[in-house]
Amino acid sequence: MFDNVWLIPLFPLIGFLFLGFFGKKIKNEAIIGGIGTLMIFLSFLVSCGILMQMIGLPPEQRVFEKVMFPWIHSGSFKADMAFLVDPLSVVMIMVVTGVGSLIHLYSIGYMHGEEGFYRFFAYLNLFCMSMLMLVLGNNMLVMFIGWEGVGLCSYLLIGYYFHKKSAGDAAKKAFVMNRVGDFGFLIGLFTLYWWFGSNHNIWTVNFTEIKAASHLLPYGGVVTIATLCFFVGATGKSAQIPLFTWLPDAMEGPTPVSALIHAATMVTAGVYMIARMSFVFIKSPETMMVVAVVGAATAIFAATIGTAQNDIKRVLAYSTVSQLGFMFLAMGVGAFSAGIFHLMTHAFFKACLFLGSGSVIHAMHHALHKIHSHDDAQDMRNMGGLKAAMPITFITFLVSTIAIAGIPGFSGFFSKDEILWMAFANPYHGGLNVVLWGIGAIAACFTAFYMFRLVFMTFFGECRNLKIKEYLHESPLTITIPLMVLGFLAVVGGYLGMPKLMGMLPNYFEHWLDPVFEQANHYGAKYANTGAHFSHALEWGLMGVSVLVAVVGIGIAFTMYVKNTELPGKFVATFPALHRAVYNKWYVDELYDYLLVNPCKAFGQFLWKGFDVVVVDGVVNGVANVVMGFSGVFRFMQSGYIHNYAASMAIGVVVILGYYIFK
Amino acid sequence: MEKYLIVSAILFTIGTIGVLTRKNAIVIFMCIELMLNAVNLTFVAFSRYLGNLDGQVFVFFIMTVAAAEAAVGLALMIAFYNNRESIDVDDVNLMKW
Repeated sequence: MFDNVWLIPLFPLIGFLFLGFFGKKIKNEAIIGGIGTLMIFLSFLVSCGILMQMIGLPPEQRVFEKVMFPWIHSGSFKADMAFLVDPLSVVMIMVVTGVGSLIHLYSIGYMHGEEGFYRFFAYLNLFCMSMLMLVLGNNMLVMFIGWEGVGLCSYLLIGYYFHKKSAGDAAKKAFVMNRVGDFGFLIGLFTLYWWFGSNHNIWTVNFTEIKAASHLLPYGGVVTIATLCFFVGATGKSAQIPLFTWLPDAMEGPTPVSALIHAATMVTAGVYMIARMSFVFIKSPETMMVVAVVGAATAIFAATIGTAQNDIKRVLAYSTVSQLGFMFLAMGVGAFSAGIFHLMTHAFFKACLFLGSGSVIHAMHHALHKIHSHDDAQDMRNMGGLKAAMPITFITFLVSTIAIAGIPGFSGFFSKDEILWMAFANPYHGGLNVVLWGIGAIAACFTAFYMFRLVFMTFFGECRNLKIKEYLHESPLTITIPLMVLGFLAVVGGYLGMPKLMGMLPNYFEHWLDPVFEQANHYGAKYANTGAHFSHALEWGLMGVSVLVAVVGIGIAFTMYVKNTELPGKFVATFPALHRAVYNKWYVDELYDYLLVNPCKAFGQFLWKGFDVVVVDGVVNGVANVVMGFSGVFRFMQSGYIHNYAASMAIGVVVILGYYIFK
Repeated sequence: MEKYLIVSAILFTIGTIGVLTRKNAIVIFMCIELMLNAVNLTFVAFSRYLGNLDGQVFVFFIMTVAAAEAAVGLALMIAFYNNRESIDVDDVNLMKW
């Protein structure tokens, strides 16, 4: 089955080509949606087959490279179109194809009646193909193809409603910020390639070869520069500080896009990249610290913004940024498998949350349309009391919210708690560990708070707009089935990675990924011998604190939004400046406008008015003017007077003869 | 021998002045013929002096060309007269700047 790995990106590629070329003529939505979903589902089946085969093999044999064809052979540089099958890529393809299939199914119902129905599925298939190439690539260049491809598809899908200016602007913003990150990725790639080549004559971009040669890498220095550049790429793709502002704006795209691209898959590309290159990152403790600090800072920064937003999708967007911060925090403290574990559980519950919000928006839109209102279907202030009208959506949404809040028994608890524990107990950052853990815990508290704020405002209480109450109804099966599957996974997905401490199940997930991260674990173990030993009591204690902060967050949200609903208003009245700052996203967009966007625009204006018009046009017009000037003088030769012509002939003859006679 | 050349030069000069000065197109044509014949005289003189018949042969050519050119020129003038009722070369002035 390993041999068939090339089918996995191939199916969605076929889907894209077919739907792209023929989709417009096929008027039947069921066929278009069916083909799109079928293609990605076939990839899922192949991925399952590969997983089954891999489980049957002993851990040392779980690596397989499939070379499709030699791609670039130039001198001593060799890069093939090849795929790498190992435990990490298997986790990723299962997540991408599994969640992807569910979202394709969801989109059949959600995008019903849209004019560009075929275009949506074509782009979604193209996206899946790019993401699969990204995670399956065995060298940095194939990964980069996928990297660029997902950025492009993000642009195409955010700007799906291209008639709206805001959608087009958001798409451009996402793409430009991604490009800044891509530049970092390339610089990192070149630096690493050049260093290995010029110092050890190893000219390669292949992951396996670099991993085999990674013991030659020095600590710090060039490796720090290369890994920092790679991290810049990761911040662009995964929306960390400073390149995160595109993600909330990306909510202009349809909800399935937000679920797939901006929750489960594309934004996790940065995390995957760091995991894939873990053997390089551990050679640079400085970069690890930067990654951890940026991750923690982003986690809490985005969490604060999420508390004040009123648009349901925007809250979820900031939540995604915050959870990605947790994943990077994990990567930065060397807990690579914990980060990937959180990536997986996050994909489940975040996709469920986004799809659930889509279900809510769908129902609200429908109801508001019925009463001919132009209110915003996504504004939580128009919602309320939906749990009676939409029970399945409510249950799955609630389950996923409990998961993200980190309540024991649900998946988010296991992954988030492991990250927080590793942030505290990792051997890398000494005294900073407590600070990182503290920030993570506070961010977890905020997470619980704003997510339950969302649930209480949307589903509990009384419907705020009584006129639409009778028109609200549950969504059709194509929408609720993916919700139910994802909700189920949001609960049970965590049991794959129960911590050793709890002693009930072994930590399957960590053992599965051990061979991938052996260098990282080896390095950590080496360090840990010199460091402190942590007792089980401390681990239980910190686990208890995680649960406590989550419960506190939920409690505050319950008090403010169910029991005593004047409290939010009073809070805003007491701290108006703080509320304004948080509501306006801490003015980061305005800061970027001032620092970067407006100077760029001004420079463009200067190049247009000052250079193009004055210099370039001046030269071109100037040449024409010179010619006109000369012709203005010479035209008088055409007098129309025949005797002039005869005279000039005679004079000419005389001159020429004279020249030859007197030479 | 020199005398023939001097006569020829004088004839040529008279012809040139006529072309540059006169208004009537027919007169200009006659002056052109004069110039051509002056050249004929020069050729024949040299032919006699050098004892080589090439000059006289070339005279034939020149005469042929002169005849053809006169025919064409007169046809041109007739066409012009049909348009402008005049054969004054000062009236051929449309191709000015």
